[in-house]
Amino acid sequence: MDPNPKRRKESLDSPDSSESNRFLPFPDEVLERVLSLMKSHKDRSSVSLVCKDWYNAERWSRTHVFIGNCYSVSPEIVARRFPKIRSVTLKGKPRFSDFNLVPQNWGADIHSWLVLFASAYPFLEELRLKRMAVTDESLEFLATSFPNFKALSLLSCEGFSTDGLAAIATHCKNLTELDIQENGMEDSGGGWLSCFPENFTSLEVLNFASLNSDVSFDVLERLVTRCKSLRVLKVNKNITLEQFQRLLVRAPWLTELGTGSFQQELTPRQYTELESAFSNCKNLHTLSGLWEATLLYLPVLFPACASLTFLNLSYATLESGELATLLAHCPNLRRLWVLDTVEDKGLEAVGSSCPLLEELRVFPVDPFDPDILHGVTESGFVAVSYGCRRLRYVLYFCRQMTNAAVATIVQNCPDFTHFRLCIMEPGRPDYLTNEPMDEAFGAVVKTCTKLQRLAVSGLLTDLTFEYIGKYAKNLETLSVAFAGSSDWGMQCVLGGCPKLRKLEIRDSPFGNEALLSGLEKYESMRSLWMSACNVTMNGCRLLAREMPRLNVEVMKEDESDDSQADKVYVYRSVAGPRRDAPPFVLTL
Amino acid sequence: MEGGVVYESGLNLKATELRLGLPGTDESEKQTTFNIRNNKRPSPDTVEDCGSSGSSDDKHGGHETAPAAKAQVVGWPPIRSYRKNSFQAKKIEVETGIYVKVSMDGAPYLRKIDLKVYKGYPELLKALENMFKLTIGEYSEREGYKGSEYAPTYEDKDGDWMLVGDVPWDMFMSSCKRLRIMRGSEARGLGCSI
Repeated sequence: MDPNPKRRKESLDSPDSSESNRFLPFPDEVLERVLSLMKSHKDRSSVSLVCKDWYNAERWSRTHVFIGNCYSVSPEIVARRFPKIRSVTLKGKPRFSDFNLVPQNWGADIHSWLVLFASAYPFLEELRLKRMAVTDESLEFLATSFPNFKALSLLSCEGFSTDGLAAIATHCKNLTELDIQENGMEDSGGGWLSCFPENFTSLEVLNFASLNSDVSFDVLERLVTRCKSLRVLKVNKNITLEQFQRLLVRAPWLTELGTGSFQQELTPRQYTELESAFSNCKNLHTLSGLWEATLLYLPVLFPACASLTFLNLSYATLESGELATLLAHCPNLRRLWVLDTVEDKGLEAVGSSCPLLEELRVFPVDPFDPDILHGVTESGFVAVSYGCRRLRYVLYFCRQMTNAAVATIVQNCPDFTHFRLCIMEPGRPDYLTNEPMDEAFGAVVKTCTKLQRLAVSGLLTDLTFEYIGKYAKNLETLSVAFAGSSDWGMQCVLGGCPKLRKLEIRDSPFGNEALLSGLEKYESMRSLWMSACNVTMNGCRLLAREMPRLNVEVMKEDESDDSQADKVYVYRSVAGPRRDAPPFVLTL
Repeated sequence: MEGGVVYESGLNLKATELRLGLPGTDESEKQTTFNIRNNKRPSPDTVEDCGSSGSSDDKHGGHETAPAAKAQVVGWPPIRSYRKNSFQAKKIEVETGIYVKVSMDGAPYLRKIDLKVYKGYPELLKALENMFKLTIGEYSEREGYKGSEYAPTYEDKDGDWMLVGDVPWDMFMSSCKRLRIMRGSEARGLGCSI
């Protein structure tokens, strides 16, 4: 009862099929059924390597494809291998493009993918894009070419405007998810929200927190009222507290909330109504937004905080006392994002109130403030580590750190999987001993054996990288800036970290010898980025010549020396060199 | 093709270093010895330059005097534009102060203070007490600043003289045009319920 006669013929005709069928204890359909339950793309990759039959069974049962580098493969190759895709996740530009290190018009345009998907996957339902170039034209094409389209998520993308969103709202009758986060997009007004038809009710996720212009509150309220399955609602800061209360009353079953502005002169009655609205949200596990929140109105949240597991305060300039008061009501917190306005004292409150905390991110409110008096220091981080022993993920921006503090921190919390420390002044040593921060990161890699992601900072010599190469056996992603002494550092990492997939380096003294020491390694990695290092064009040409299956791309700065390779991006690809590279990208 | 200075304490590479800096500039106080690259690059043959490069934007950490306006390195610290832009506007708002004149009865000259520096009335009053060496005391809605010889007042947008403390702080900040510390019988007249 094979619904796909063509496929069966294919496997029977293949030369190995008769042999392998003998060893196959159960029919393909059973294997496929089992595999369809397998969601992890890493597991699926492994499965596909077992034998040809398993490869085929896997490719026919895969419905979601994850492409970590859009240039590692072509749309045609994807369509040929996976005929039944309904959900696609695509990532484009190198991560440093988030920090303006990649010029405009570099590429990663979604359009050619959409065109192919329109013919290969007409029933595509989900598209999640990160760092891709997306135009309004593409969004319109998406909205009109896929009748079953359900979920769109755009993170750190650029090139589109609210007009594109209007097209999505107008045409996608079955839309369940619209998630727009931190994109380089143009906001020409909130009219897009009004494009959802009056009979449209399928929305489950709506996130427009990062859009700046006003939407019609009336339209929003009606939308929230009629979409009974809505579980995630994140509004922008133009929605007032009073308006937000009205939305909450319509949808108390929301699980993820992003408030609007949290400051407004409310009458006592409005205050009580707001408090009551929050207390009715029994299923709330994620809270964000809270722009301009102060202790005046934070208490309305308290009744809803008991079930909170993720609190994103990274846009609320709270002070230590305010944070402490709020956290006292959030004992179940697993993830917390804050601004460094909370200072060390605020972090002490984190340590004492949130014993279950697994993730902490501390962002700087004023990254360019030269004044060391503000923000958080090593003592805040240490305080958290004493109270939150289950910490696994940290992103910490600070202006000073010591080796001793980091050693204490990892001793308290040995389970780190992601350790991203950003000492904001490049090359700053341990401020007490004036020594490099080598021992700090040495302690991290020696103690945290499960470490997958590491970002280093401060004054670092090759010793840091020796430690990383020697101990960080599970490391997959490494970010380096203004660090190292010589090629030897990078060589240690390339030679010592077997699971390394992404290596991004800027402003560090690594040259051709280091680059070329990784010849064998780069094909097992997703990508390598090196900018403002000591690599030359000749070194890159040599790499390209020796490793034809790698794309070696160089971007040159206008005024630089001809022989220097200012920005180098190396990645493995089965699609060959890019055909859409702009003039400033040289493929060697 | 190895360039790069080894940053180890103890190795006195400075003595044999080739630099482009002016003679006499001492770089020993620098925290960081990085050549922040803008568009200029040393050729691979020269020892990595610890001093200033040709670009005028470079950090000159050797100056111990005023904290020099630090050159903003492209893309550092690594924060997404959206987040950076979210707080820029706020910062500009905070930087312009609200300066008002403060006069005290009997004092030979006036003073000026920035209302934005204070978070509320207690801090403002304390600052005034320090500045004029007097005691204003505590505010009460019923009796004003009873027990004190002084009463802090302010001229509001309508030109009326009001007692400091009656309205919410934010409202006060936006309507206060100048302050006057009244004393003696005039002061008691304002706070007194008679």
